Amino acid sequence: MLAVGLAHYLTVGAILSVLGVFGIFMNRKNVIVILMSIELILLSVNLNLVAFSAQLGDLAGQVFAMFILTVAAAEAAIGLAIVVIYFRNRGTIEVEDVSTLKG
Amino acid sequence: MIAGLAFYLFAAILIASAVMVVTSRNPVHSVLWLILAFFNAAALFLIAGAEFLAMILVIVYVGAVAVLFLFVVMMLDVDFAQLREGFQRYAPLGAVVGGILFLELLLVLGAWRFAADAGDFRLSPTPEGVSNTEALGRLVYTDYIYLFQAAGLILLVAMIGAIVLTLRGKTDTRRQDIAAQIARSTQVTMARPEIGAGVPRESFLRRLPTAPKEEPKRVEHQGGGHH
Repeated sequence: MLAVGLAHYLTVGAILSVLGVFGIFMNRKNVIVILMSIELILLSVNLNLVAFSAQLGDLAGQVFAMFILTVAAAEAAIGLAIVVIYFRNRGTIEVEDVSTLKG
Repeated sequence: MIAGLAFYLFAAILIASAVMVVTSRNPVHSVLWLILAFFNAAALFLIAGAEFLAMILVIVYVGAVAVLFLFVVMMLDVDFAQLREGFQRYAPLGAVVGGILFLELLLVLGAWRFAADAGDFRLSPTPEGVSNTEALGRLVYTDYIYLFQAAGLILLVAMIGAIVLTLRGKTDTRRQDIAAQIARSTQVTMARPEIGAGVPRESFLRRLPTAPKEEPKRVEHQGGGHH
């Protein structure tokens, strides 16, 4: 069982995930901060999974949180590699410039 | 009691540092706040009893992902002041969307409760008298072996992908291009030079079948366009 209530953990997770979404809106030009916001959202997901796992006494949640951790690390690596080659080609990392690729 | 106080302390620092990640002016500061956020999230995991995940979070995120972010932020020579344009413009929209999302999440939290027999549907109940790491190890290598293997595959693909994406072929050295060699015409020409006269290089080197590629066109967007 949890030492503190499940609702506390869920509230923290909700605030964290909303902050991540807010960050994506605020930093619409800076890809790196957008990637960091996505990391925050994934962290809140992990927090929820761990809280439920501890509350129910079911370890499957923690196994799945580990999987999400792996996916988040892979996503960060690939995303940053894409940012690096984009910067190498264009000299900027503004997200809005990406639309020049069309047609 | 102590756990509750620690929870509130770490949760407050976590949320504050997440706010700083999103709003700080310098992306380097953002990364540093992100590291603080991960440390506090690891503390929250510890309070919930997930020791192994807490340590993994510190090792993987602080040790690898945050350092990767830091490298990229410092490696790219970006004018960050220019990237801050539109910050005020998008803030109200972001606040509205975030507020609506948060209200919805609170509604979900308020109206939702466990089923009465939720305890009967546990996939893998926490064993008694075993540390968290040992219990996870027993699960990951037996029941969840496919998940574990899939995680390894994802990491492999990510590693290969990152290397392939950022690998730059060297342009200042001449390397063997096997495809070009195979694609050469099969005609063999003989040269019979006068003894002592030598052969000019062009007469025995055959042309490659394809012309070298042109450089991709670079487009400048200084005067207007999509900004």
